[in-house]
Amino acid sequence: MYDVSYRRAGTVPGAVETFSQGDDPKYVAGGQTLIPTMKARLAAPSELVDVSRIEDLIGICEDGDRVIVGASTTHAAVHADPLLGRLIPGLAALAGNIGDPMVRHRGTMGGSVANNDPSADYPAALLALGATVRTDRRDVAADDFFVDMFETDLEEDELITAIAFPVPKRATYAKFPNPASRYAMVGVMVAELADGAVRVAVTGAGSSGVFRWREAETALAATMDAAALDGLSVDADEMLEDLHGSGEYRAHLVGVMAKRAVNALS
Amino acid sequence: MTQVSMTVNGKAVSAEVEDRTLLVAFIRDHLGLTGTHVGCETSQCGACTVHVDGAAMKSCSMLAVMAEGSSITTIEGLAPTDDTLHPVQEAFREHHGLQCGFCTPGMIMSATDMIRRYEGRLDEATIREQLEGNLCRCTGYHNIVKAIAAASETMASSGMTDEGDADSAAAAS
Repeated sequence: MYDVSYRRAGTVPGAVETFSQGDDPKYVAGGQTLIPTMKARLAAPSELVDVSRIEDLIGICEDGDRVIVGASTTHAAVHADPLLGRLIPGLAALAGNIGDPMVRHRGTMGGSVANNDPSADYPAALLALGATVRTDRRDVAADDFFVDMFETDLEEDELITAIAFPVPKRATYAKFPNPASRYAMVGVMVAELADGAVRVAVTGAGSSGVFRWREAETALAATMDAAALDGLSVDADEMLEDLHGSGEYRAHLVGVMAKRAVNALS
Repeated sequence: MTQVSMTVNGKAVSAEVEDRTLLVAFIRDHLGLTGTHVGCETSQCGACTVHVDGAAMKSCSMLAVMAEGSSITTIEGLAPTDDTLHPVQEAFREHHGLQCGFCTPGMIMSATDMIRRYEGRLDEATIREQLEGNLCRCTGYHNIVKAIAAASETMASSGMTDEGDADSAAAAS
């Protein structure tokens, strides 16, 4: 790993201030993507600003019809949280299948969302549930937040502080994990929101990262049944192609996983 | 360079390290505790697994400075005394849960962590799923899974799963 200097922030304004004094700084929380990436010399920030111990960023609470998850809350804490388990069990279950137990003890929701890996799980949850990303300076709807793979609407020095999830009627996530990396080859979250709207978000498949499958949303809004998806498909030309699978393969998996998610709704 | 202090296997340690020093390098090179292994260096194999404040983490994927003030348990800190084995170590010996032994420290640290989290209620499918972050190239996992199931039962029946981790015991003492 190239040389780097490390600063631990105690508050959100302190983190942003430290960041602004850096030469080529990066925020880090769990570091489960960033540290391996730095070790591979694919990233070489000059300063790391650690936000993992900022108390305001840790924890999960209910706020009216929303559940607020602090950005530095680990996947393990999201998975085990009783409030989320009761109000959005599909999200708690999703968190319990990210990476492996050691990664879940350290990796955070804010870090995953900021990185916007095209195969990460949380982006699908944010998009399907119509979540809002809260930062040190504004609120951004998930629909506007995820721009392209590894690209978000965040400013360079902007820090995610929390994610606000409206409590849905029901939501489930079905994931086909890559057998080696456990990242999603395809992951689909299907959510029926409190107002009855149906949203279907797909991760792992799209060549521009996470996306909503609008055609499926319309079909499921009319009939919430896996059979409603028969004959529907996403465009294979818009899917990722790599050594793990072709565009056609991923396009097919999108339909399969969407049906599994619908069948698991209760 | 940054001064870093933490508790490792119940002992307070402190050293001046480069900020980029990985926790595993600190444990092996600065403290001389070479039971924690570096396998893949890419966060996939889990050979470097240690407990940080009671939870299993990959020490190759965090900086030593990130563990400032934490309580760390490595494979060397698991057994209560020098001439006894922890029940998980004993079960790996008994059930031949290792061949070359390279992955074993990470396997055992993951195993103790999952037994704690599941309070000794582990079936085979759960053990296999929870071992997702640990790779073994020799055993085919069968005997590792058997060893963890046996240790889990031993620990549950002797009430060891209620006591928490060696870290919390160390913190309390």
